[in-house]
This record gives sequence, C-alpha cells and structure tokens, in this order.
Amino acid sequence: MTLTKADLVHKIYQTHDLSKTEATETIEAFLQISKDCLASGEDLLISGFGKFNVKDKKPRRGRNPQTGQELMLDARRVITFKPSGILRNRVNTGQ
Amino acid sequence: MNKSELIEAIAQETNLSHKDASSIVMTILDTMTETLAAGENIEIRGFGSFVIKEYESYQGRNPKTGEVIDVPPKRLPFFKVGKELKERVDSLK
Repeated sequence: MTLTKADLVHKIYQTHDLSKTEATETIEAFLQISKDCLASGEDLLISGFGKFNVKDKKPRRGRNPQTGQELMLDARRVITFKPSGILRNRVNTGQ
Repeated sequence: MNKSELIEAIAQETNLSHKDASSIVMTILDTMTETLAAGENIEIRGFGSFVIKEYESYQGRNPKTGEVIDVPPKRLPFFKVGKELKERVDSLK
C-alpha cells in the first residue's frame, strides 16, 4: 500500500479535532510552504525525518544513449533528500 | 527553513495555534516514518515520492585500512521529486 495525501488527511482528521476540510487545508499548507521554501532555493531541514537540499548542477557534456550523439546539458537546479539517522534506523529495523 | 519555522508558517497560514500546528506536523511525519519503516512507499502529487530500496549484502572495504568487510543487507528511503516541484525549483536558477 502506498501512502497518499488522502491517507494523510484521513489520519489528521482521525487524530485531531478538525473537520475534513480543515484537515485538508492543513496538509495543503504543509506542502505549499515546504514547496515554496525549496522553490526559493532554501534547504528544508526536518529534524528526525531528513533534509531536503537544493543543489546547483553545472552544465556538462552528455550523450544521447540511443544515438551516441554528444550534446550539452544545461546547468540545472535539483532537490536531493538525505534521510536522518532516526529514519534510516527505523527503515532498517522495520520498527 | 527548519521544522519549527515550518510549524510557525503553517500556524499563521491556517489560523491554528502553534501547539495544534506542531501536533499535526508531528502526526504527518510520524505517519510517513511508520509507512517507510513498514517497507511501504509514499506518493504525494506535486511534491514527490519516497520509495524503499533494498540492498543485498556485499563485500566492501574500509577505505582507511583497505580491510575487506562484509556489508550486511540494508534498506534505505529514496526521494524522487515530483514534476511540479522539479520544474519550479529549476525555473529559478
């Protein structure tokens, strides 16, 4: 089973004194603020869970794997995630 | 931005108390952690997905001493950024 946004809304609704609409709005605010932070180029550090880093990649020479033709890949900005030690341990022990 | 700044921003955006916003954020993170600990994946449209990758045991080397060591099998969470967020981040270079 894959956890989705609907599952998170349901969980919040069950555990807090909020309406379904309010639970949905809170999840949306959580995601929107996280995305705005990363889109502005700022890292997002969630202690106990992990860190989302915004990294600038330099332009580089690549190759089309199908044709073997060389091409230039532009500089780009990407997001990486580093899980916290706590999360790594939980995932490994399954607890 | 760190977790307490995120909680504060959510409290302001939603008019929830800091305590309630904090409790909700912890519930979200606990639910995500439990899901990954159970070996299940997470998929949040527009944000990204987390998948668990399993690694077999392999023979590694201590880079300092060169000593051969057996690395036990392990599981690690991987994040794949969603299309919408990927495009937003890259458009603001």
